[in-house]
Amino acid sequence: MNTTQGITTSGDFAEIKERLGIGADKVYGVIGAFSEPDELVKAGRKIKEMGYTKLDAMTPFAVHGIDDALGIPYSKIGWIVISIGLCGTATALLLIWWVGAINYPLVIGGKPLFDFTFSIPVTFELTVLFSAFAAVLGMLGLNGLPRLYHPSLRYSHSHRATDDRFLLVIEADDPKFDALQSVEHLKSVGAAAVEVVEG
Amino acid sequence: MSVVVEQDPALLVVNPRLVPGGQDYHDVTNKISGIIEGEVFKTPMKYWITLSVTGGILVLLGAMLTYLVATGIGVWGNNRPIGWAWDITNFVFWIGIGHAGTLISAILFLFRQKWRTSINRSAEAMTLFAVACAGIFPLFHTGRPWRAYWLFPIWNSDLNLWQNFRSPLIWDVFAVSTYGTVSALFWFTGLIPDLATIRDRATTKVRQWVFGVLALGWRGSARHWRNYEAAYLILAGISTPLVLSVHTIVSFDFAVSVIPGWHTTIFPPYFVAGAIFSGFACVMTLLVIARWSLNLHDLITIKHLENMCKIMLVTGSIVGYAYGTEFFIAWYSGNGYERFTFLNRAFGPYYWAYWTMISCNVLIPQLFWFKRMRTSIPVMFVISITTNIGMWFERFVIIVTSLHRDFLPSSWGYFRPTWVDMCTFTGTIGLFLTLFLLFARFLPMIAMSEVKGVVADEKHKFKGQELVAR
Repeated sequence: MNTTQGITTSGDFAEIKERLGIGADKVYGVIGAFSEPDELVKAGRKIKEMGYTKLDAMTPFAVHGIDDALGIPYSKIGWIVISIGLCGTATALLLIWWVGAINYPLVIGGKPLFDFTFSIPVTFELTVLFSAFAAVLGMLGLNGLPRLYHPSLRYSHSHRATDDRFLLVIEADDPKFDALQSVEHLKSVGAAAVEVVEG
Repeated sequence: MSVVVEQDPALLVVNPRLVPGGQDYHDVTNKISGIIEGEVFKTPMKYWITLSVTGGILVLLGAMLTYLVATGIGVWGNNRPIGWAWDITNFVFWIGIGHAGTLISAILFLFRQKWRTSINRSAEAMTLFAVACAGIFPLFHTGRPWRAYWLFPIWNSDLNLWQNFRSPLIWDVFAVSTYGTVSALFWFTGLIPDLATIRDRATTKVRQWVFGVLALGWRGSARHWRNYEAAYLILAGISTPLVLSVHTIVSFDFAVSVIPGWHTTIFPPYFVAGAIFSGFACVMTLLVIARWSLNLHDLITIKHLENMCKIMLVTGSIVGYAYGTEFFIAWYSGNGYERFTFLNRAFGPYYWAYWTMISCNVLIPQLFWFKRMRTSIPVMFVISITTNIGMWFERFVIIVTSLHRDFLPSSWGYFRPTWVDMCTFTGTIGLFLTLFLLFARFLPMIAMSEVKGVVADEKHKFKGQELVAR
C-alpha cells in the first residue's frame, strides 16, 4: 500500500490535506473489483443488506440498477435546471420589453413596442441557453468537479474503473466500517483485488 | 440489468449485434484510444498529407476573407436585386449539416436508439465545425466583422440604439449562437468520461496533463454517474426542441418577408427536414471515410450505415413532398406572382439548378428502398455526396431564384458568383475537413463509455447464442 511517498507535511500543505480528508493517518475505504456490471449490482445489493450505508461504485459507464442497490438518491439537477432556465425566460422577456418599449421605443412597421408573440423565439433560445449551462455546471457542481485529486485514486486498479472494471467502495466514514472486516465482506460477495485504500 | 431479454434467433438477421465479434470492454477502449495514442496510424503520412491538403484550403479561406475585409463585400457577386446569394446559401447549407449531429445525439437518445452510440460523437463534432463554417458568412457579410458584437444586445456608445426584436434576423443571431454554445456543452459533457479513460491510459507526460485537465477529475463514481445521466437527459431534452427551433428560425429569415417563393408557412418543417437530410448525408460521407481509414468496421457496422440510409430516405421523401406542396399551393393560391415564381424556378434561367436539386434530393435517394443499395458502401457514399450537392442547390434555388425576378421587370437580374465567392465556399470546406481530421486524430471519435454500455446490454440480449459472423 502506498504511503505519503516521503512528502514532508508542513503548515499549509497539512491544512489542505486535512480539509480534503487525505493523509497517511486517514483511511478512505475498502475497494474491490468486479468484471461485469451485473456482478457489481448483485454484490452491491448484498453489501447494502449487511448494513453499510456509505457506499459508492466506480464504473466505466453508467451501470443501471447500481443506484438503487447502493441507495444513491435521485439527482437534484432537475431543480437547478428549471430554476435557472426560468431565469433565462425572465431575462429574455425583461430584455425585449425594456429595450423595445422603455429605453428606446421605436415604431417599426406599425408593430407594437412589446408583444409576447414576437418575443417567443428569443425567449425560447435564452431559456435553452441558461438551462444548458445550468445542466452542465450544475452537474459538475453536484459532483464536486473539477477536482485534482481523490483518495480513491490510491487504489492500485483505479485506472481500470474508466476501462473495464467495476469497483465497489465501502467508505471509511461508514459507521459499520472496520478495515479488516469490510475487506472480508467485500471478498465474500465475490470482489477481486480487494484493498484497504489510504486517504 | 435485472431484466434479461432473450433475442429470438430469427430476428438476428434484422437486428444484428451493434458491437460484433465478441469485443469486450477493454477491446473497445483499446481500439478507440489507440487512434489517439498513435497506434492505428501505421502509415501516418497518409493522414498528414490529407491534413496538409485541407490545411492548404483553409489558408485559401484566410486569404479570401482578408481580401474581402481589405476591399469590401463588393468582391462577392451579391448585387441588386440579389442581395443575398452565395453567402446566405452557404450559411443555411452549413447550419443544416450541423442539425444531423444534434438529431443523432439528442433525438435518437430520447428514442433509446442504441445504434447511435457509435456515431454520435463524430456527428456532434461535425455539428460544431459546421456551425463554425456557417457563422463565417453572416459575420463577414456585415463587412465589418470586428463590429460583430453589435448583433448582440450589449450597450455600446458607438451605436446608441438597441436591436429590433421584431426582426427575424435578431432571432437568428440568438438561435445560431445558442445552438453553437449548447452543442459545444453537449459535446464536451459527452466527452468527459472518455477523456478520463485516455487520461488513465496515458503513457506520456503531455497526454497525462492535457487529458488530466480536460477530464476535470472524473473517476466514474456511481453518484457522479447519476447526476451525469440526469444532466445528459436534460441536455438531450432541451437540444431536441432547440435543433427544431434553429432551422425554423433560419427559415423565418425568408418566410417572414413578403417575397414570392419565400412567404410560405411550409418553410419551418420543410427546412428542418432538409437540414436533417443533408446532415445525415454529411455524417455518412465522413463516417464511410473514417470507417475505412481507421479500420472501424467492428464499431461502425453496416447496420449503423443502413439505419442512416433509411433516415435519408424518409427525410429526402419529406423534402420531395414539400417541393410538390409548394408547387400546389402556388397554383392553388391564385396569386400570379407566386405562380410565376415557381414556374420560373423550374423552367426559367435557373432551370439547371432546380433540376439538379430535384434529381439529387428526390430521385436518387429513392434507390434506398432497395436493401442492396442501403447496404452497399460505394452506393451510399456516392448518394451521400449527391445529396449534399442537391441540398446546397436547394438553398441556392430558394434564395437566388426568388430574388432574381423582382416585381418590376426593369429590376430583373441574373446572379453569377465571383471567384471570391467560390474560393470562400471552398475554403470553408477546408476549415470543416481540417477541424474534423484534427478531431478524429486527437480526441476519442467514438463514445467509448456509451459503446461499452451497449456491449454490456448485448451480453444479455445474445446470451447463449453463437457470435454472428461479420
